[in-house]
Amino acid sequence: MPAPRSTTRVRTHPLGDAALLAELGTRLDTALNTRAIALANALRKRRDVRQAVPGYASVTVHFDPDQTTHEALAASIKRLASKRPPMAEPGRLHRIPVVYDGPDLETVAAKLGLSPAKVAEVHARPIYRVFLVGFVPGWAYLGPLPKELELPRRHVPRTRVPAGSVAIAGRQSGIYPLATPGGWHLIGRTSVKLFLPDSDPPSLFRAGDRVKFFAART
Amino acid sequence: MLLVKKPGVLTTVQDLGRPNAIAAGVPAGGAMDRFAHRAANLLVGNDEGAATLECTLSGPELVALENCLVAVTGADFDPRVNGEPEPTWTGMFLGRGDELSFAGRRQGGRAYIAVAGGIAADRWLASMSTNLMTARGGMHGRQLLAGDVIAAAGEASAPAISGRHLGHNLRPDYADHTLGAIAGPHIRRLGAEGRKTLFSSEFTVSRDADRMGYRLEGPGLDASGDELLSFGLAAGALQVPRSGQPILLMADHQTAGGYPVVATVASAAMPVAAQLLPGDKLWFAEVSVEGALKLRAAQRAALDLIKS
Repeated sequence: MPAPRSTTRVRTHPLGDAALLAELGTRLDTALNTRAIALANALRKRRDVRQAVPGYASVTVHFDPDQTTHEALAASIKRLASKRPPMAEPGRLHRIPVVYDGPDLETVAAKLGLSPAKVAEVHARPIYRVFLVGFVPGWAYLGPLPKELELPRRHVPRTRVPAGSVAIAGRQSGIYPLATPGGWHLIGRTSVKLFLPDSDPPSLFRAGDRVKFFAART
Repeated sequence: MLLVKKPGVLTTVQDLGRPNAIAAGVPAGGAMDRFAHRAANLLVGNDEGAATLECTLSGPELVALENCLVAVTGADFDPRVNGEPEPTWTGMFLGRGDELSFAGRRQGGRAYIAVAGGIAADRWLASMSTNLMTARGGMHGRQLLAGDVIAAAGEASAPAISGRHLGHNLRPDYADHTLGAIAGPHIRRLGAEGRKTLFSSEFTVSRDADRMGYRLEGPGLDASGDELLSFGLAAGALQVPRSGQPILLMADHQTAGGYPVVATVASAAMPVAAQLLPGDKLWFAEVSVEGALKLRAAQRAALDLIKS
């Protein structure tokens, strides 16, 4: 049986005169994210493209306006996106130890009607996907978080979240790579370093990688 | 080559940034006013990408430890050599012992100092730009301090000639705070009225303004709608968070975010944006991509004149 023809429609929007945003969809979806990563990889090989950064379901393309135009690039992107993406390679698997003793663990458990131990157990159950690396150096948006743990962000963000904090918000999880302000619920901490300033790329996680948390004592 | 006697309010080493690092969440960074940075380099015979000093709000006091060729561009902080006024946007020799200082801010927020041969500094992820958040690049990842010594990275690519100059009419007009901006991916969220408000109202740079971005005060903009999935951002993007007070993203902006982007400032207008300080008024004027590219080409031509 022939493979189903792709029906992904790409919408491109100027992001200034030297960048554009190519949107593949608006849903949090692993297949869309796989396509976004494949499209970014294909675009990065072009000489007129300076950088292509995958989002959840989009690619932001920084290009040299002396070498190409929005229109020409948009047409190429539509062509590339209509091709069937290469088989998604299973991303590298990272096993991350977590001490589930975050300052929000009790509150989160109470809000969800679960015990703190159950919150930890549910959080450590899935293999998460790295949908997107960005925001601050080394930060990765991981998902999807099990529905049982879905909560809106904190009303009042913290002005300083310690590096290594393991956090949840919405259908996502993440680890603060640096001490920064943050509005997510802190349920644990890890000693694993996410931001690796002396490596290139300086981030442990890359878009498309997989992450498995496991409970640790210290 | 130059001894830092006084560092100024915030003086950092900057070049054209590290665009290849954005996929790891590291800001591209680099000089806020790329035109002034490039011009300063060309005026002393460097390649455009050599590292310069970006001086915010005030200039440093530097003593030449040997003869060198320098140029000061961007904001006008009233540069002096041994106390005597010197022109901006002009290559000039400093003899050993000469002191380059600044009498005070007259216009703009960021001045650039280039030295023939470029400034030697820590290279991190293919760039010498200082990233203060991660304390990497430039002068050990920090702003200049008194006692620092600035060394030349190498030889200038063009002969050391003083007196290279960029005329007033070829520079960005820093007094005109109307920034050309291209409609952004989420402009429709504003509706017709909101779009009119965006492109006709006066905004003010709030106190919350740094190399990452400027929070603006002005008429509230309503770009509400379904929550967006985070996507990669670009310098010049104008984000509208739920508060309705837009944020203009600058050189060290976060690499990804989920707020609607209603417009992006044209690259040729970013030098003017880079000179704005808290309290400054600004306006956005809608331009087409073609219009923005024309402005960009005009700036390119001005820079090429220095080389010719």
